[in-house]
Amino acid sequence: MIKEIIKNEIKFFNNWQSNRENDIYSIIKKEEISKYDFLNLLFNSDRNILELIAKKAKLLTDNYFGKMILLYAPLYISNFCINKCVYCGFSSLNKNIVRKKMEIKEIEKEMIALKQNGFDTILILTGDDRKNSPVEYIGEAVNIAKKYFSEILIEVYALTYDEYKYLVSKGLTGVTIYQETYDEKLYKRLHLTGPKKDFDFRLQAPERAIKAGVKEINIGCLLGLNKNFLLDVYLTSIHADYLQRNYTDVEISISYPRIQPAESAIKIKTQVNDIDFTRIITATRIFLPRIGLNLSTREKSYMRDNLIGLGITKMSAGSKTTVGGYASLTEDTGQFEINDRRKVDEIIKIIISMGYRPEFTNWVRI
Amino acid sequence: MDKEFEIAGKKLKSRFFIGTGKLPTYKLIPDIIKKTGIEVLTVAVRRINPASKVENIMDYIPKNIIIMVNTSGARNADEAVKIAKIGSEISGSKWIKIEIEADTKYLAPDNEETIKATKKLVQEGFSVFPYITPDLITAKKLEKAGAAAIMPLGSFIGTNKGITCETLIKPIIQEIKIPVIIDAGIGRPSHAAKAMEMGASAILVNTAIAIAKDPVKMAVAIDMAVKAGRIAYEIGILAEREFAEASSPLTGFLKDKKNDKRNNKK
Repeated sequence: MIKEIIKNEIKFFNNWQSNRENDIYSIIKKEEISKYDFLNLLFNSDRNILELIAKKAKLLTDNYFGKMILLYAPLYISNFCINKCVYCGFSSLNKNIVRKKMEIKEIEKEMIALKQNGFDTILILTGDDRKNSPVEYIGEAVNIAKKYFSEILIEVYALTYDEYKYLVSKGLTGVTIYQETYDEKLYKRLHLTGPKKDFDFRLQAPERAIKAGVKEINIGCLLGLNKNFLLDVYLTSIHADYLQRNYTDVEISISYPRIQPAESAIKIKTQVNDIDFTRIITATRIFLPRIGLNLSTREKSYMRDNLIGLGITKMSAGSKTTVGGYASLTEDTGQFEINDRRKVDEIIKIIISMGYRPEFTNWVRI
Repeated sequence: MDKEFEIAGKKLKSRFFIGTGKLPTYKLIPDIIKKTGIEVLTVAVRRINPASKVENIMDYIPKNIIIMVNTSGARNADEAVKIAKIGSEISGSKWIKIEIEADTKYLAPDNEETIKATKKLVQEGFSVFPYITPDLITAKKLEKAGAAAIMPLGSFIGTNKGITCETLIKPIIQEIKIPVIIDAGIGRPSHAAKAMEMGASAILVNTAIAIAKDPVKMAVAIDMAVKAGRIAYEIGILAEREFAEASSPLTGFLKDKKNDKRNNKK
């Protein structure tokens, strides 16, 4: 069903562009905005209007989420990958990186290090390689994580319903899975070979996970893959809205990672600049007032600091995108370049100085 | 006007309860308590983190304050009951606010599951405060189940819209014998006064205080409004009139009561 919706929304998006309305003030005053309104906000390049959008976004975020930012940490347990995704640092196209997989004992050490840093929410990541990181291996990692964390999310390859169900039985609470781009033709061009090439299987993964019992879903698109990046922003929001309406008891979040040209095997022509990025975050907040919005350490520190309160509800902090790296030092290459390398304690200080409460716990393990 | 009233066997003076989840820092709590005299705070179980390297809320709540443990995050009765027990154990409190939100878009409480959880927790000896979408029948069922009070929402959480559910809350206040605490939607002092004028036993506020430029001052302002509204309610509020009252009443000709035999009731 989501496939059909995406198809129709692409048509809607393409038609809409030819008849824009410009009464932005009345849109900002509205209590709930329509998808027409949302597109009007996304396509408005007036800086004064952006200021109004940001003010509204801040008010909505404060009202619905309070003066609080949730912190989480990613843990890469394996970087083996058989996909050829032209934009990714872990792609099998990349022959320069050391492939590694942590033993369960090492994983536990890393988790203890994260726990000592205060974290209570962990995101466990692997590359797409069912031989080197099978579901059972991910299950073992989740099971260990249960000892230390209230919330356990995974960001791995798209799984079947039964596999998600198995992981939920081990303690999994949430799934992060990015469609990268909702433009199927482009998707097929960017994913040369490998299981990830199956656009539909990935698109339907969030719903399989929800049906298997997770309580939290985080979706997203990699900004910059699509020259028409606002189309991906629009469709990500439509997807989130669809999930929120159809699975009302599941917490839905969005991430908008911006691609960094350096990490990619192909030349990335589209750069989403800071102004565009801020507009994307704040306009999404107005369209979807109760959706979580994540910001990773891909973003530079000054963007991260200043976006606190403007829509963002969750942030990673002190992250490593190498396999391990919290309990032991590593010189390996990560999946992507970290732009905010500050330690957790520094991030905590910044959040407090912005008038927000850093929070590590979001769930009671029952 | 510090007349005591009773909820769940406790005598309270303040009719103003405060939620803590959205505060920018828990350090504000002692000052809010000092300046308002509030006696009840709600604390979400999922926010109690004794291992927190930042702030553990329990460190900021004085011993004499009643903690109302809140089950927010629960999606059904079973989860709410489990969360309530965990929270009671950590906080040492038997007061449980049941908050079951099976809808993340509006944070609408699930009344059906709330009734189930209330029955279960009352049986186990807790003082139960169910948070509901205002519905008289649900309120009656909860009263019968032994709830300590009913907590209907004034408007959806975080909307600051005031008592937009007035017409649904009024019959609850009218028909239910246990206290009614209006929770959610109160965005400013006038909303709080309105709730008290309607006859609510108490109110609960979180967002309006937490996101105010000066949370302590906003708490003080709302506290004054709660007191004002309650005094007015107790002495009886004059009904609103659509027309000015004529100084010579239209029925003035009916002066002569003594001669009117039909009015001769003893």
